[in-house]
Amino acid sequence: MKKKYSIFALIKNSLSYHENWQRAWRDAEPKKEYDAVIVGGGGHGLATAYYLAKEHNLKNIAVVEKGWIGGGNTGRNTTIIRSNYLWDASAGLYDHALKIWENLSQELNYNVMFSQRGVMNLAHNQHDVRELKRRTHANRLNGIDCEWLNVEQVKKFCPIINCSPDIRYPVMGSTLQKRAGTARHDAVAWGYARGADSMGVDIIQNCEVKGIKRKGDAIEGIETTKGFIKTQKVGVVAAGHSSVIANMAGLKLPLESKPLQALVSEPIKPVIDTVVMSNAVHAYVSQSDKGELVIGAGTDAYISYTQKGTHEIIEGTLKAILELYPIFSRLRMLRQWGGVVDICPDASPIISKTSIKGLYFNCGWGTGGFKATPGSGHLFAYTIAKDEPHSLNAAFNINRFVSGDLVDEHGAAAVAH
Amino acid sequence: MLIIKCPYCGERDHSEFSYGGEAHIIRPKQPTELSDDQWAEYLFMRKNIKGIQYERWNHSHGCRRWFNMARDTSNDKIHSVYKIGEKPSN
Repeated sequence: MKKKYSIFALIKNSLSYHENWQRAWRDAEPKKEYDAVIVGGGGHGLATAYYLAKEHNLKNIAVVEKGWIGGGNTGRNTTIIRSNYLWDASAGLYDHALKIWENLSQELNYNVMFSQRGVMNLAHNQHDVRELKRRTHANRLNGIDCEWLNVEQVKKFCPIINCSPDIRYPVMGSTLQKRAGTARHDAVAWGYARGADSMGVDIIQNCEVKGIKRKGDAIEGIETTKGFIKTQKVGVVAAGHSSVIANMAGLKLPLESKPLQALVSEPIKPVIDTVVMSNAVHAYVSQSDKGELVIGAGTDAYISYTQKGTHEIIEGTLKAILELYPIFSRLRMLRQWGGVVDICPDASPIISKTSIKGLYFNCGWGTGGFKATPGSGHLFAYTIAKDEPHSLNAAFNINRFVSGDLVDEHGAAAVAH
Repeated sequence: MLIIKCPYCGERDHSEFSYGGEAHIIRPKQPTELSDDQWAEYLFMRKNIKGIQYERWNHSHGCRRWFNMARDTSNDKIHSVYKIGEKPSN
């Protein structure tokens, strides 16, 4: 049983110099057989295991992770959370996640530092204005909070934005979702890991999947670097490496894995208390609690699993950042990194059964998966446990690429993919 | 940063080139006879390989010609460059 984190636990443990805190999760070794195995110990995978144990009464579950938990894209993203998507299916999916975020720290007894500081999406031309106003209305019809700000209101809400009409791409207005914001990415993985572990889920790190064993059209188990694990249900949440796992099972997915970069500046005093995104010039920025500016860049055009992107992508992003925020011009950048993101042709995820019985995929989150972590895990757990999709992820099935019923968020999602 | 050796112009910075995706995907000869599954396979399904991938590139800010390349997507090492219609040398 896990001991509860509280102010009293903090005081008690301070008396022993914080040397006797209980381990947040066990370092498990694989058993011979599980009812379900989740491949990938990022936020989405750990959340899936957590909800399988909590809501579907499956207790014999393992999460296998190639490296360490939360070390992939969970630890590499820019932590932005929002649900202002255009299409009904996306709005349902991402707002489901946002509603879970709002109570997640309490539910997990783990502070995920969810901060509803608002997300702005800037418009820089007439088309942006029309498209973003349309999205504001679409969001409201779906019960998602969203408002339109004119230039004066933009300047008032976020004073450091350069609202001069003389810049190359002048700011002409913005949407604002006040319920949106950021969270501490590592804490999400750790909180779900601790919650899952307390319900008996085995979290197995440094355990890479090497093969998927099939018997006819059904799953028999997985080969890993720690031996064979027997199971009839495998849920793959491997992000950039989803196609690699799919190939092991003889499946092809409609994915391309590309490097996506982000960077942070040296820490400075608070200057920006919201998240500002701009699709047209591709620049988005927020400030972490440590004071670093967190800046998201774009993807490179070509497939690569190297976790590093090219310099010109960063250069393009920083050019846009500097025009929008001249105040940052003397700032030095502290760190830069890349992650491998799996992008679907319609820029929407896949949370789906496959043609192989007992094999499920949760992938294709592309450049924006972090925001969906709790909802993704919740719906994927439902899909695995019931062997059918929840109504909220039914549209995100893999067969949409055959039927043509795509959820085309490429231009609609308010950011460039 | 990739340095790509265009088969027509020689070595250039990759910012002069556009990526054209997986190579050797043949357009169906009789599109009207394809099933939905076959269309999905042709349009959307990709190997997305981690390892040596055969891919198309266009020297869009140079000679504007298409060519093929064999590149290891796990480390971005370029193994060979070959013209459209040719076979990779390795």
